Amino acid sequence: MKILHIIDNAYRATIEEQDDTVLWFTQVLRGADADITLLLRGSAVNYLVLRQDASGLAFGAWRQAQPPRVAASVVHLLSSRTPIHAVAEDLADRGVRAADCVAGIATLPRARLGEFIEGFDRVWQW
Amino acid sequence: MNPKSALTFLIMDPPFENSRTTTAFRLIQSALGQGHDVKVFAYEGAVSLAFARQAAHPNAVHGRDAQQESHPLAREWIAFLQAEAAARGAKLDWVNCGLCVDERGVGETVPEVRRGSPLDFWKMVNESANTLVIPTR
Amino acid sequence: MNKPYLLIVSEDPLETPAARRTAETWRQLRQRGNPVTLFLVQNGVFASRAQGADCPLTQAFGGDIEVLADDFSLRERGIERNQLRHGVSSAPIDTVVQRLATGWRAIWS
Repeated sequence: MKILHIIDNAYRATIEEQDDTVLWFTQVLRGADADITLLLRGSAVNYLVLRQDASGLAFGAWRQAQPPRVAASVVHLLSSRTPIHAVAEDLADRGVRAADCVAGIATLPRARLGEFIEGFDRVWQW
Repeated sequence: MNPKSALTFLIMDPPFENSRTTTAFRLIQSALGQGHDVKVFAYEGAVSLAFARQAAHPNAVHGRDAQQESHPLAREWIAFLQAEAAARGAKLDWVNCGLCVDERGVGETVPEVRRGSPLDFWKMVNESANTLVIPTR
Repeated sequence: MNKPYLLIVSEDPLETPAARRTAETWRQLRQRGNPVTLFLVQNGVFASRAQGADCPLTQAFGGDIEVLADDFSLRERGIERNQLRHGVSSAPIDTVVQRLATGWRAIWS
């Protein structure tokens, strides 16, 4: 079963969860050898940016020990051979340059989304 | 396709925050009513749907006491749907993501729900004819 | 082989960028010969009033895409059947389950 995870909702609860919970979920399923491909759309394309830094949050004496490292999660998924695609125009709209991003991501023009989606048995929008 | 094949739903929203919750319950009920076994994986905020300590309250704005207000509680909806499943000879398997339960402190759940992990969801997917993920926003 | 797609629209298409993305998706899938149904539910039914403004999904109405609107969501918002745009039909939520059970690829947006 080929599964497509579409993520377009970014930074929703990443500080509280210290993760993007959908990337995390994907990682667990990949550990069970689920055949999952990721497509990042909308604001989620920013997850590819290497220099994200969410560290330093403090409330009173509380300090965040493990800020989310979303780009690292992306790298981890790539290292487990998870195909990751991003919509090209969504990157351009947000001024995200390839040089700023995790390497190894395939970009997909919006005009090819339909063709891309057809290749999957299940398409789950997150 | 076998009309009694199982369907899986993944839900993410906590109670009282979004109309997706009501729609999800409507879909689950519809699936049971159409003879399907139903598997539900509650992820993130949705694990609170089964929290045993949800309590109804009165509504002074409308001059209703607690009994009159009869406030909906998701934990009761789950129980009612379990009863409906049983009456129809169907199965409703409701699993909470355990880590999501822990971080939210909602481990005290109604008995109709069990604790699991994303691997349970994966098992559900493979045992179902189809799966719908209802994302949160 | 053509695969049928059920796109469930739950947010107000006049308000959310998700509507534009849903429109992109259904248009391309349809152009490639796949059967597509839009199922409007919750605030997604705000796209269905005949007197309403156009939105990214409007092109679907009256074309060869089936557009259904959840009867409960319509009633909840006081939208009566005779107020629906041409090409939009009221349908029970059972329709979503029927499509799931018969192998439609369902995408919630």
